[in-house]
Amino acid sequence: MSVAVRVIPCLDVDAGRVVKGVNFENLRDAGDPVELAGTYDADGADELTFLDVTASSGDRETTYDVVRRTADQVFIPLTVGGGVRTTDDVDRLLRAGADKVGVNTAAIARPELIGEIAERFGRQVLVLSADVRRVREGGQPTPSGFEVTTHGGRRSTGIDALEWCERAAGLGAGEILLNSMDADGTKEGFDLELIRSVRARVEVPLIASGGAGAVEHFAPAVAAGADAVLAATVFHFGQFTIADVKKSLREAGHPVR
Amino acid sequence: MPSRVVVLDYGSGNLRSAQRAMERTGADVTVTSDPHAALDADGLVVPGVGAFSSCMSSLRAAGGDRIIGRRVAGGRPVLGICVGMQVLFDRGVERTDPRPGAEEEVTEGCGEWPGTVDRLRAPIVPHMGWNTVRPPEDTRLFAGIGPQDRFYFVHSYAVREWEFVATNERIPRPKVTWAEHGEPFVAAVENGPLWATQFHPEKSGDAGARILANWVDTL
Repeated sequence: MSVAVRVIPCLDVDAGRVVKGVNFENLRDAGDPVELAGTYDADGADELTFLDVTASSGDRETTYDVVRRTADQVFIPLTVGGGVRTTDDVDRLLRAGADKVGVNTAAIARPELIGEIAERFGRQVLVLSADVRRVREGGQPTPSGFEVTTHGGRRSTGIDALEWCERAAGLGAGEILLNSMDADGTKEGFDLELIRSVRARVEVPLIASGGAGAVEHFAPAVAAGADAVLAATVFHFGQFTIADVKKSLREAGHPVR
Repeated sequence: MPSRVVVLDYGSGNLRSAQRAMERTGADVTVTSDPHAALDADGLVVPGVGAFSSCMSSLRAAGGDRIIGRRVAGGRPVLGICVGMQVLFDRGVERTDPRPGAEEEVTEGCGEWPGTVDRLRAPIVPHMGWNTVRPPEDTRLFAGIGPQDRFYFVHSYAVREWEFVATNERIPRPKVTWAEHGEPFVAAVENGPLWATQFHPEKSGDAGARILANWVDTL
């Protein structure tokens, strides 16, 4: 037996409310992240990810409260990302009940942050989130042809994505959440070439994200080297369930919980 | 009267989850660094995440190693979780690089059990996610758990060899549960009053709740 492929739903949370539309029947309040977290837990989610998209730092307290209430009721791992800039931000999230913290832009601006977090809390708390796309025509070329972006894929950094993932793992990232900005929103499947390329460079676990549109899309991502698969919309809109994904993974010969 | 459980707060880990998961068993749970409360409780939970060396130095600073030792000597239950299990062994070896010859840092542990915590030899490290375990027969910790049940692990280091050999037949044999990630490693131990899990029962859904309830039932 071996470790199971994790299926992870991701919720975008803004000032304590789920955004990006959730369309579930039988929910009292489709905008309540705590209730949704419980629903996904009951559905067999192996882990939960909250992406905090709260723009105003004054509303941060609301996020901590959501994390606290979720951790009080849901006994599976909880990752919280979005707006994490300092080790104190990490400390507050962990104290509120998060198990792992996602870091993205702040680590690009200051890579030492990765080492500082790993040193203080251990590398297992740190998920490096990378928004990656192929360099566009006229863009600054990178050795691998993949680059890291910020602002939801709108801004180039000119940083080679594979080198960045390798460097981040070396600095202390315990896991990499690989968001394909090319595949994101297409619903045509995960970016298998990207997954394979990063897998070849790092030995930390890899979470594939972006592009899931059908149950059949998940097994190829795992075959390409993903240890976990993350999706949002397809689960939120009940297009298929976590159990459906697990069934399909199991049929493809991958271990699931 | 519900059992009184103390979760030892020595500055390590997500204690809120441990507290809440333990409360689900019906226990009366306190999170504290107070040594008297930790000695006095019916059961003591020693959590722990991060590096062996930093966990061990925080634990020592809080007097946790002595509290564990005194409780075990008095036959009073202790449950170590994750690095809270690892620090119960003789030593932890931390390596910047898994290959032989690389720089390593050795830290002395609590020494309740012989053995070394070392880096897992596996293609993907940390071992992160839900895995199955192989408990021995007559285990109390895994009572009611089936072979398909999975537990949540997150660690890069583990006890890869169990070194404790009981030669005196009057002493009950430790019950060692194994799991596998690249190689076999110790996933849990039941040994007199001292029990421990490498995985996180407080994060392992219903299967984990069962484990915690099984422990609380012994208090």
